[in-house]
Amino acid sequence: MLRLALAYVPSHAVAEEVVQEAWMGVFEGIGRFEGRSSFQTWLFRIVTNRAKTRGVRERRYEPFGLGNAGDEEEGPSIEDSLFVTQGDLQGHWVTPPQAWEPDTPERALLSKECREAITRAIDGLPPTQRQVMMLRDIEGVSSEDTCNILEISETNQRVLLHRARIKVRKVLAEYLSHEPRSVK
Amino acid sequence: MNKQLKNRLMAYMAGNLSCREVANLITEYLDGSLSLGQRLRVQIHLGMCFACRNFLKQMQYTLLTLQRLPPEPIPPHIKEELLRRFRHWRSIQSSPDGSSTEKTSQ
Repeated sequence: MLRLALAYVPSHAVAEEVVQEAWMGVFEGIGRFEGRSSFQTWLFRIVTNRAKTRGVRERRYEPFGLGNAGDEEEGPSIEDSLFVTQGDLQGHWVTPPQAWEPDTPERALLSKECREAITRAIDGLPPTQRQVMMLRDIEGVSSEDTCNILEISETNQRVLLHRARIKVRKVLAEYLSHEPRSVK
Repeated sequence: MNKQLKNRLMAYMAGNLSCREVANLITEYLDGSLSLGQRLRVQIHLGMCFACRNFLKQMQYTLLTLQRLPPEPIPPHIKEELLRRFRHWRSIQSSPDGSSTEKTSQ
C-alpha cells in the first residue's frame, strides 16, 4: 500500500499518512462496501484515490497523467542488443536464454542480497510500472481490477506490466549469473 | 538443403514469429489474453525453439518469485497510530450520542 501511494506523493512520510487515512476511510466506509468488487480492490482504490488527492495538493501528481502511463517510457521493452538485427537470423536471440532450475524462486528468496536487488528493482521502476506490478504480480489483483483501480486502459496495463517484468527478470538473471554455487 | 532455405522453412513452421516477437508477447501469453491465432503461433514457436522455452520458464520463475516476496512490513509507528485511531473511531461508534468515550474508558 505504501508503494502504491508513493507513486502519487512526494515522500515516504506523506505516503504513510495516506495509508493511515485510507485505513480510516475503510473503517468509516465499511458499511458502504457493497461487495461489487473484492474487498482488496476496494481498499486499493481508496488508497489510490486518497493518494491522488494528496498528490494534487502536494503538486506531485497531475490529474489524467496516469491515463497515458504507457507513454512514460519509449523504446522496446526488451533490449535490441539481445537479438540479431541483420541477416537470415534476424530476430533470433544473440545468446539463447539459459534454463533456470525449478527451485530458482526459492533460492532467490532465500538470498537476502537477491531479495534486496528485486526490491530495489521494483522501487526503481517508473511509478506506473511499479503500481501495475505491485497490484498484478505481488497482490494478485486481476487485470480488469488493476485497470479500474489505476484508471488505465487494458493495453496500457499490459505494456506497463511487460516492461516491469522484463526488468525484474533481468535482475534475477544477473543474480543467478553471479550466484555462488554450492559444491555437490 | 542450403542454410537460407532451412531458416526460411523453420520460420514458416514456427508461425513466422521471430524469437523477439515471441519474447514481446510473453506477458500476454502468460495472461491468456492473446487471440487464438496468436496463441497458436506462439505455441508452435515455443514447441520448436528451446531458447524461447527457456525465456518463458524464466518469466514464470520471475512471477513466482514476485508472488512469494515477503509482504511489505508495516512500520511499528504506523501500526501504533492506526490502532490508536481505530480504537478512537470504535469508541465514537459505540457511544450512544456519537461522542468519544475514549477518555472515560481509560
